[in-house]
Amino acid sequence: MTAAGTGATRNDVWPDDIFAVLKAAEVGQVVYVPDAGHARLIELCQMDDGIKTVPLTTEEEGIAVLAGAWLGGERGVLLMQSSGVGNCLNMLAMVQECRFPFLTLVTMRGEWGEFNPWQLPMGQSAARLLRDMGVIVQPVNEAKQVGETVNAAARLAFDAYRAVAVLISQRIIGFKDWTTAGNAR
Amino acid sequence: MTDEKEITLDRRRVVARILRERGDALLVTGLGSTTWDAAAAGDHDHNFYVWGAMGGATLLGLGLALAQPQRRVLVVTGDGEMLMGLGGLATIAVQHPRNLSVIVIDNESYAETGMQATHTRHGVDLAGMGAAAGFAQSITVLKDGELERSLPIIYQSAGPVLVVIKVTTTAAPTVLPPRDGTYIKNRFRQAVLGSEVFK
Ligand SMILES: Cc1ncc(C[n+]2csc(CCOP(=O)(O)OP(=O)(O)O)c2C)c(N)n1
Ligand SMILES: [Mg+2]
Repeated sequence: MTAAGTGATRNDVWPDDIFAVLKAAEVGQVVYVPDAGHARLIELCQMDDGIKTVPLTTEEEGIAVLAGAWLGGERGVLLMQSSGVGNCLNMLAMVQECRFPFLTLVTMRGEWGEFNPWQLPMGQSAARLLRDMGVIVQPVNEAKQVGETVNAAARLAFDAYRAVAVLISQRIIGFKDWTTAGNAR
Repeated sequence: MTDEKEITLDRRRVVARILRERGDALLVTGLGSTTWDAAAAGDHDHNFYVWGAMGGATLLGLGLALAQPQRRVLVVTGDGEMLMGLGGLATIAVQHPRNLSVIVIDNESYAETGMQATHTRHGVDLAGMGAAAGFAQSITVLKDGELERSLPIIYQSAGPVLVVIKVTTTAAPTVLPPRDGTYIKNRFRQAVLGSEVFK
């Protein structure tokens, strides 16, 4: 957990910080619907022999997969974009009822400097909906705090058996090609 | 569309027959009737009953199968439950878990909610979908003999396996297993992983 512990100084290494935290937390399954903000982290996970990566057709699948993983003694994490939160709600009922540990890392859209109006409804509702379904929400606004926030969230999830979402602010993600390619992503 | 009179298998007998061979296999059931079927066959600490989360049973089975690659994992769920999570067939096929068998108890109805027709009543072919997704085995069972022949496929064939079993809509009494989610979860983990996981 070196990167997370010492605090990264550059703004673009936060996915590497998350990866270090996930490895230290012995996460065995990383399930995801891709988001541009998670591209680097997904790549790092795919390259790691100790992590099974499970691409999903919809985010709610991931909640069920991770519940099964926990039943079988493995820890997992769901990577998604804020719009995916809306796909998850009924599946979160199982997390709450069974008190499954649950860790999701949500890259935010429709939150800060968004240009695609279609992203706004879910982006603005994601935190509230997650809380309504019993998920502890931990927003992070600065790149250098991502690692320590995910580390703390992983403890709540796997040691204290809670459902936790880390919302990674749009401030941290994606200024690069904002107005060029991939606008709708 | 399946001709009504071809369907003769009784769901309770089918599920009991399959589970008689379970050995140390792990079982996940879908919401409603398949959970009652499993309970009627006998409650077991290797059973995880999904009382809700419609559409999630097969995916829960996937996560479990990936975490426990040495054990056979069975998912027994309804056609309605399976239809709500069709994308899961693709997600499972991509992972090709060799130890996962999905069994759909297909009464072509939503029995729990008043026996309304599901898409399978109108000809939607779940086994065809499993095959198209890339399941290693994907078959439909209509008769007793086929059920017997499916048993080695369910328990021994390299997965992922999908077995769609056409059953009658004959009402079966509700048999309730435990329903407290934390209890079912912890009981399962204790049985499969041992007490150390609670330390
Ligand atoms: C998200 C959601 N939608 C609808 C329901 C209502 N519901 C409960 S059981 C069920 C039918 C399940 O049908 P199937 O899986 O075919 O099981 P059967 O009882 O026919 O064996 C439905 C629609 C629900 N519990 N959750
Ligand atoms: Mg049915």
